[in-house]
Amino acid sequence: MAAAAGDAVDEAQLRDLIPGVLAALVHRGADFATAEDAVQEALIRAVETWPNQHPDDRKGWLIATAWRRFLDLTRSDSARHRRETQVSNEPPPGPTAAVDDTLQLYFLCAHPSLTASSAVALTLRAVGGLTTRQIAQAYLVPEATMAQRISRAKRTVSDVRLDQPGDLRTVLKVLYLVFNEGYGGDVDLAAEAIRLARQLAATTDDPEVAGLLALFLLHHARRPARTRADGSLVPLADQDRSLWRRDLIAEGVTVLQAALARDRLGEYQAQAAIAALHADAQSADETDWVQIVEWYDELVRLTDSPIVRLNRAVAVGEADGPQAGLAALAELDPTLPRYTASDAYLHERAGDIDTATKLYVEAAAQAQNLAERNHLTLKAATLRQRLSGEGG
Amino acid sequence: MAKYLFLKHYRGAPASVNDVPMDQWTPDEVQAHIQYMNDFAKRLQESGEFVDSQALAPDGAWVRSDGEGKPPVTDGPFAETKDLIAGWMIIDVDSYERAVELAGELSAAPGAGGKPIHEWLEVRSFLTAAPKFTD
Repeated sequence: MAAAAGDAVDEAQLRDLIPGVLAALVHRGADFATAEDAVQEALIRAVETWPNQHPDDRKGWLIATAWRRFLDLTRSDSARHRRETQVSNEPPPGPTAAVDDTLQLYFLCAHPSLTASSAVALTLRAVGGLTTRQIAQAYLVPEATMAQRISRAKRTVSDVRLDQPGDLRTVLKVLYLVFNEGYGGDVDLAAEAIRLARQLAATTDDPEVAGLLALFLLHHARRPARTRADGSLVPLADQDRSLWRRDLIAEGVTVLQAALARDRLGEYQAQAAIAALHADAQSADETDWVQIVEWYDELVRLTDSPIVRLNRAVAVGEADGPQAGLAALAELDPTLPRYTASDAYLHERAGDIDTATKLYVEAAAQAQNLAERNHLTLKAATLRQRLSGEGG
Repeated sequence: MAKYLFLKHYRGAPASVNDVPMDQWTPDEVQAHIQYMNDFAKRLQESGEFVDSQALAPDGAWVRSDGEGKPPVTDGPFAETKDLIAGWMIIDVDSYERAVELAGELSAAPGAGGKPIHEWLEVRSFLTAAPKFTD
């Protein structure tokens, strides 16, 4: 043990070790639920003690501490029975490498038997190493509720054998949901999703994992320009592109290019390709909308999603003019979320300010979030002022 | 993962199926009702879907600013106010369908004669603060 007093613990770095530590315990025969509690407690001990004396072998220290804690937990009467039944079901120690164990944890936490919210919570705790309190704050629910959600999720997957290959699609979906949530409490969920996607990309060579990581990086790069100081939204076309994080864009493009070179296209790679084309444009006017529409065509082919078709219609409006966009829109279901907002935008572009104003008002009433409602209301008010100015 | 508000009304909702005012129930029926509500909240806590639940007193006042330097004006309560909120529950669930399912269960709380009230609850979705990045 080397003493290095006064070093603050880099929590993200520390949490990178968590899946490996948890996997090591499970590998030794610990049941997942108890092992997860033990690892969480070891993590808290590390944050408390490492600033004074941090070990050379951090992972080894965490495994030893968590294992001791696991034994304490299972020695307690209440847990004895569970331990006896669990250890008899102990998975055979196979030839699996540590890397595969980490991947299996991702699979377990995103198991199809879990609801989306449970899978997200369990992933953030067991793979991400966040505390229940942090997760509760991020999702604006009481800590007791989140604790129950996590323990139920653990019970749900308690019988799942870790030696079965899982479905990578569900894991990617969970990370996508985490990223989508953005900021919450004192936890930056987008940054957390990027960290987890990086870790996942290091354990598997699936090009869609790389595609998702690239997508995250390219979107995250725009975040400084996406909102004003007051929290209001800045549409892509109006963003100050000098605020975009060039380092993240460069990394995202590199990751994406390597993935595309594998020639196994998937929806995340296609979404990332669209984000990369936006990142590539020095100004909104220089956006290569023709290529973007081509990528949307790929996305429609891959997903057949009505939301993708809606976004495609808006892109068509940019590439071939607002009338073409409106024609593409007219083929879609008007009850789609953001249909009216897209309709308003295309009418505004087409110069039909009167109709656009009415549609913006309607779209504001349908908005699912406050920032968007404010943006759409402001658009309606601005166009209305323009109309009355022209009239008088 | 979306939050929904269940609003229970003193007045303003369409009539319940078992439409007997609570003050005409037997004490046991009142007890059974309270027990059902507590059990329901507890069950949602255990399922990891509970956020908040509060009841409101029926009396209240209307308040508005009367301009700078003046105290606010208060008025009411107005007996003719058509809509009167009795309380709420906030849940965090995976789908709108789940929210409706739970509101249905809450609406079946026992009332007069120990029979379900089948009262109308208003289900409202929360606007989130910010759009998703993919929006």
